[in-house]
Amino acid sequence: MATGTEPPHIHTGVHDPSRAAIGPRHLRTDRWWLAPALTAAGLLAFIVYSTWRAFANADYYAAPYVSPFYSPCLAENCVPMKAGPNWEIFGSWWGLSPALLILVFPLGFRLTCYYYRKAYYRGFWASPPACAVAEPHRKYTGETRFPLILQNIHRYFFYAALPVAVILTYDTVLAFRDEDYAWGHMGLGTLVFLINIVLIWAYTLSCHSCRHIIGGRLRHFSKHPVRYRLWGWVGRLNERHMLLAWSSLISVALADFYVYLLATGAFDDPRFF
Amino acid sequence: MSTYEARFRVWRGDQDGGGLADFSVEVHDGEVVLDIIHRLQATQAPDLAVRWNCKAGKCGSCSAEVNGRPRLLCMTRMSVFTPEETITVTPLRAFPVVRDLVTDVSFNYTQARRVPSFAPPPGLAAGEYRMQQMDVDRSQEFRKCIECFLCQDTCHVVRDHEENKTAFAGPRFLMRVAELDMHPLDAAAEAGLDRKAAAQEEHGLGYCNITKCCTEVCPENIKITDNALIPLKERAVDRKYDPLVWLGSKIRRRSGS
Repeated sequence: MATGTEPPHIHTGVHDPSRAAIGPRHLRTDRWWLAPALTAAGLLAFIVYSTWRAFANADYYAAPYVSPFYSPCLAENCVPMKAGPNWEIFGSWWGLSPALLILVFPLGFRLTCYYYRKAYYRGFWASPPACAVAEPHRKYTGETRFPLILQNIHRYFFYAALPVAVILTYDTVLAFRDEDYAWGHMGLGTLVFLINIVLIWAYTLSCHSCRHIIGGRLRHFSKHPVRYRLWGWVGRLNERHMLLAWSSLISVALADFYVYLLATGAFDDPRFF
Repeated sequence: MSTYEARFRVWRGDQDGGGLADFSVEVHDGEVVLDIIHRLQATQAPDLAVRWNCKAGKCGSCSAEVNGRPRLLCMTRMSVFTPEETITVTPLRAFPVVRDLVTDVSFNYTQARRVPSFAPPPGLAAGEYRMQQMDVDRSQEFRKCIECFLCQDTCHVVRDHEENKTAFAGPRFLMRVAELDMHPLDAAAEAGLDRKAAAQEEHGLGYCNITKCCTEVCPENIKITDNALIPLKERAVDRKYDPLVWLGSKIRRRSGS
């Protein structure tokens, strides 16, 4: 990817002398800037919100709900959650917010995701800002060099995202308790958690790496009928990867915000039964 | 049948220079941009150069840029524009211009020659090939390509960086590599050819940053990025960046020695 700091370089591209002499960088007349602008604004909003919540180290538990940003809670400084996702493998020496220990995995998964790469390359780095709109960078090496060559480790973040999704599923099951930990109850928060976990799983399983591991790497589908069928299902989800990326991003932020509102006493969880 | 006068700006010139020429031209119901270019040739600019053949979106000849977007002239309906709109038609901006709307697309033929062709399976004569449909579905999607080179034109790796043309084959030919690598009977590996390694080391797969413009402009609606480029990147990860695969290959090599 271009850094913009290389020594001056003759900017060729669409202004190369061999090409049609057209002055403007593009001739598009539609609102091509709208999609990258909305993408950048949406991602920026999530970054600001999640940074605030991840460093806050407070208001992340309102029985029976635990914020997905703090689950599993891996340090001793976590709020005790009855039968909840406390797993103090980092002991007492960790003094910062426990969210930082776990968020690195979903963050890495989304940062290296093929959809999000497109989104931020276009939205933040203008490489390119839109199709047939010339990018402003003098040099471009794509994902051939450090650090962007590290995008290739996406599948390891996919592997790491699976246990995180399992634990969030466990949290959703725990949300069928009431504030006194009695089973067989459901509140508005339970519904929020249910929607969130469905979207998290759908996004995780629609991942391009998942599609490859499940069956994409095979040469002869006819010799692996089960994997072929699974590959087809993942493929259908994969077609909606962008939609699932955004909806799960919003749902996880909403689930966290819901817990924040309950924990700060802004309102009581409406109870269905 | 209704008609109206449309305002057109068409790039005229060659490598020595040129510019956008203004025209006012009649448009009839049901016409496409190529019809209007032909009417310009017939009535106002007889020496206007344009490459075309089938007028049916199957030969891939009339690729150009309409209002800054790579399109087939014969598949761009005039009804998508308002009568008040000025329509700008230019040649493809990623390739050297020859004259007016005609560009020199030989870069693509050079890249095509660099991809080794299908390796016939040993022991099978022509006519003896047998494949299951589910095994060839993936490769057949890529065979829909009409080689209009709109994907090559819009790909910013070469469109915005002329110097990358020596290192990057472009989406069309990485898709060709994927097509062969996924082919159930391609015997490249038996012939000592690693198509995954070639995609990365010879055809510049790493330059692709999967921003999907190739997919957006494909007139055949081939899912170039999702079905060819990303699977090819994942196959490259299999052989190069996957520590488990790397460890397994080391152990197998050791036990085999």
